[in-house]
Amino acid sequence: MGQAIIKTEGLTKTYTRGSEKIHAVDNVSLEINEGAFLALMGPSGSGKTTLLDLIGCLDSITSGKLEVFGHDVSRAKESALTKLRRGKIGFIFQEFLLIPSLTVIENIELSLYFARLPQDKKRLQGLLIKVGLGHRVNHLPKQLSGGERQRVAVARALAVSPKLLIADEPTGNLDTKNSGEIFSLFRKLNKEDGLTIILATHNPALGSQADRIINLRDGKIV
Amino acid sequence: MNVFSIGLKNLTRKKIRSILTVGGVAIAIAVLVSLWGFDTGYHRSLESNIDKMGYQLLVTAKGCPYEAATLMLQGGGGLRYMDEAVYRKITDDPRIDKITPQLISTAYDPDRQSGRGGISLYMGVEKSYIDLKPWARFKLGGWFSDPDANEAIMGYEVAELEQRANGDKILIPGSNEILTVVGVFERTGTQDDGVIFLPLNTSQRIFNLPDKLTGVGIKLKDMRELSAFEESLYKEPGIQVISLAQVKGTILNLISSAKAMTNAVALIAIIIAIIGVVNTILMSVFERTSEIGVMKAIGASRTDIFKIICIETAIVCSLGGLFGDIIAVLGTKVIEAILKSILPYAPRGELVVITPHILIYSFMCATVIGIVAGVYPALRAASMKPVEAIRRGE
Repeated sequence: MGQAIIKTEGLTKTYTRGSEKIHAVDNVSLEINEGAFLALMGPSGSGKTTLLDLIGCLDSITSGKLEVFGHDVSRAKESALTKLRRGKIGFIFQEFLLIPSLTVIENIELSLYFARLPQDKKRLQGLLIKVGLGHRVNHLPKQLSGGERQRVAVARALAVSPKLLIADEPTGNLDTKNSGEIFSLFRKLNKEDGLTIILATHNPALGSQADRIINLRDGKIV
Repeated sequence: MNVFSIGLKNLTRKKIRSILTVGGVAIAIAVLVSLWGFDTGYHRSLESNIDKMGYQLLVTAKGCPYEAATLMLQGGGGLRYMDEAVYRKITDDPRIDKITPQLISTAYDPDRQSGRGGISLYMGVEKSYIDLKPWARFKLGGWFSDPDANEAIMGYEVAELEQRANGDKILIPGSNEILTVVGVFERTGTQDDGVIFLPLNTSQRIFNLPDKLTGVGIKLKDMRELSAFEESLYKEPGIQVISLAQVKGTILNLISSAKAMTNAVALIAIIIAIIGVVNTILMSVFERTSEIGVMKAIGASRTDIFKIICIETAIVCSLGGLFGDIIAVLGTKVIEAILKSILPYAPRGELVVITPHILIYSFMCATVIGIVAGVYPALRAASMKPVEAIRRGE
């Protein structure tokens, strides 16, 4: 296990809904080391997604302290967060969120383009073979099954060779077989490539396969 | 993969919507091009019509200057007459290079326009008339044999229309006079094409207007003396002096209200097109909220997103500009026919002249519209927070 790439101290995210204040993430302190395979577990509304958003630098924190890759991003502006994310953090969402007008390979090229990295088609094809989509290179997302779409999303996240992969309910929209396959892929990426993976799931069968489990309730670690 | 191809591919996603938006811009640009083309064409043919009068000043009987302008260019109704004595008085002025008297008369000819009837235009002239028009060429025959002869020279169009050639006899409706055609002019592209010319004396006799003229055309030796010369003519009673520059101004005044109307229409068309583009792109931005969120999550900056949206609108509007130009060029003849029927005075020749400049400017205009229309939707998209965009779009 390497050194800590994520450090939080009293991390809090508060939303205001009407006059009510909601502590989506409430005073969370944790460290995540390089090469970790961590599962955030808890029921819906327990703050898993919000915590992932904060760690992934997609959202700004309300109070507390957050360090990502050694940078204190507690009060960083959006543009600084973008730069930090770019090419270092890969995201996978429950709804896959591919760009429907772009083919499989174009969706992946897109992340390289935004990360200002060279668009090496050969390498990308290799990557697609790795996630089991070697035969789907020029298909549009709508021509793919749910499991295949999620593999595209995985390939898109991996294309930039990130140091950290953040997956929010990656198997939430998949059947058991596909869920298992995606999970094995994560396992493999973590073991063989040393990729740090943080995922949120409320599926205990899958979550229990992670190296470390953090349970959340009402934004707090329990 | 780059922002351009992302924008382009997105437009192909909702084809009908994109086509309709491009169509809206195309119509606006077509209107704009036609109007600019009309402006250019009208000025050009007016200039050429007036230059081909051959004189700079017209002396006529006192009356409404608008009427005089119409008279001069179309030989229209409400004719007033001046005494030939005035012509004789000023003809020896040393400042004059060339001078020619003319007597315009009209007659209702029931046989014109395939039996529907129409006004025939006659002009009594002297030999000096063609001295003022060195470009005038005879297609057939030549000048009158005698200043009192019962002879006629026909303008190109009127000869074509009535199928006349040398030796033909023509009757002046309402009189018993028969004239022999002795010449036909080549096409000049001016009002002369529609006129039947008679010797001045013959004309005065037939129309019973002894010693009367409708006007005297004057060309000066030195244009700089124009205003001094005009000044000296004001002393003569019962006449007015119209310079062709004035006539041009008068006509441009006459059509300016029509132009203001059409410009307003073009402006409205452009505003509607812009609103259409903003609406379409904004809708497409909102539909793609989660996509934009994802793009941001995977590293797209505000500028990247801004560029994508701006490129989309620029593509829509440039295509609109291109098609608008094509529509305008193809529709020139139709527009010209419409304009000729609604304008108070339509000069001969092409009314709508679409130059390459107009096409380039209108295309640039479309692109600028695109950029302007794109700014707001692009700002909206660029300022979306990644996490909110992703969640809201779900």
